[in-house]
Amino acid sequence: MRQTGKWVGLGYYLLLLLFLQLPILLLIVFSFNDSVLLVFPLKGFTLQWYRELLQATELINAAKNSLIIGLVSSVVATVLGSAAAIAIARYNFPGRAFFLNIATLPLVIPYVVLAVALLLMFQALNVELSLWTIMIGHTIINMPYVMLIVAARLSGFANNLEEAAMDLGATYWGTLMRVTLPISMPALVAAFLSSFTMSFDEFSLAFFLAGTQNTLPVYLYSQLRFPSRLPLAVTTAAVVIMVSVVILLFSEWLRRIGTGRVPKS
Amino acid sequence: MENKRRLFTLITPPSVFLLFFFMVPLVIMALYAFKSSSFGPLFPLSLNAFNNFFSNPAYFVLLINSSQLALLTAVLSIVLAFPVSYYLVFYTGSRRVMLLTLLILPAWISYLLRVLAWKVILGSEGLLNQLLLATGLIQDGAPILLYSQAAVLITLVYVWIPFAALPIFAAMERIDPRLHEAAADLGASPSVTFWRVTAPLTMPGVASAFFFVFIPTLGEWVTPTLVGGVSGIMYGNLIQDQFGRALNWPLGALMSMVLLVLVGVFSYVFNRFIPITEVPVSS
Repeated sequence: MRQTGKWVGLGYYLLLLLFLQLPILLLIVFSFNDSVLLVFPLKGFTLQWYRELLQATELINAAKNSLIIGLVSSVVATVLGSAAAIAIARYNFPGRAFFLNIATLPLVIPYVVLAVALLLMFQALNVELSLWTIMIGHTIINMPYVMLIVAARLSGFANNLEEAAMDLGATYWGTLMRVTLPISMPALVAAFLSSFTMSFDEFSLAFFLAGTQNTLPVYLYSQLRFPSRLPLAVTTAAVVIMVSVVILLFSEWLRRIGTGRVPKS
Repeated sequence: MENKRRLFTLITPPSVFLLFFFMVPLVIMALYAFKSSSFGPLFPLSLNAFNNFFSNPAYFVLLINSSQLALLTAVLSIVLAFPVSYYLVFYTGSRRVMLLTLLILPAWISYLLRVLAWKVILGSEGLLNQLLLATGLIQDGAPILLYSQAAVLITLVYVWIPFAALPIFAAMERIDPRLHEAAADLGASPSVTFWRVTAPLTMPGVASAFFFVFIPTLGEWVTPTLVGGVSGIMYGNLIQDQFGRALNWPLGALMSMVLLVLVGVFSYVFNRFIPITEVPVSS
């Protein structure tokens, strides 16, 4: 009975794995295919698309923008989200539940609604759309994730280490810098990395809030309409996929350290 | 006193940021719904957008249609993700996290790119059509799936399976294995154990999976644009349209508000039964 279950389970796992991975592999395979058309049979191996990628200045520019937006919005989200996390994990204050509700609200709002709201506000205040407006949008959606990841870490250990530091004469902010934050470091790094990947990939907010400068997903989207540019889009996809996988494996590793308990000794 | 000042220092920056870039924009969006035209002054307030919206049943039909699609997407993702989580947690021992990571790897890859992959697969020259042509199941080369609601559904389910699997996996992992032993000791058959022990304890995970798939899908517009075509559009496309071709910002703002209210009511009711975000205070 249990043996059968095991084999059926394994079979199902492999099927689902195939279903989930095949489309991704397909993109990678086509990025090496010597043809403009994305069809089988494959025409032969080429690095032409990768060479063209290096010369596509618009695309490289878009990637640079995504990188800048990703870095800035993740740093801001990590700082703000961590401050919020310390507040909710270490203090019981009136309005705590209200704050938690508001702060996690961006998690449950469809991005298109948030994008529209921000767009209308910037328009009403005559703020010109730029990389900054996208950064603000991405910071808002990343803050709750950072807050929950860091708060989970902080809830994982009692604050007696912090109390000990203060008993020994450290100031509160000194303790925060030298005890609380170092203990939270794996969570902080994981939160930062997941914010970054989220921002780097995010399309809807960037689409609404972009000025003259595009992000990588917005640029890619604009290319999808032209069949002749598909190979380049697919090749970009392949590069992004490979980079994402490396970042993911790294952050997954950190997260596992991050959610583990602090050694007692 | 000292404590209060510290808390104030910690909580002010995130609160101010949320206020200015989250709460205020939502209020402004609500006001925009009362404007008479896209540009120009707010006053006098007008109900143009409301009249337009409520006199056009097509908008409602699309909203209901999109809700059904989101519901179907959430249910299918869960149905596909549940057995695999069960297998990983109860049959694969210490390798389960590694196997799960491998399975949900695609979740970390840009959403747009995963949709692009399905556009390639479902297209007229795509993998699926070639396969069907080769096996003689279809004769002509017309794409049977691209640009339909089915294409949107397949793509969305593909996109969301990993996100459905995660919370279900986490909930199952928290189940104390001794409960299963106790049930068996007390004479429960495996199926009784499943229905009376495993399933109820996994419910919170299933619920949060449902929540986190249903809501973003409800506001979806990118996937329908890329693989849905005219017959596959969703409510999100309507909103996007008001800021693109149709250029009717007040109507777009109102449509967003309607979606927001719908999501808000849903979240509120949902959260009454299953609190999604709870953080204990440990001091």
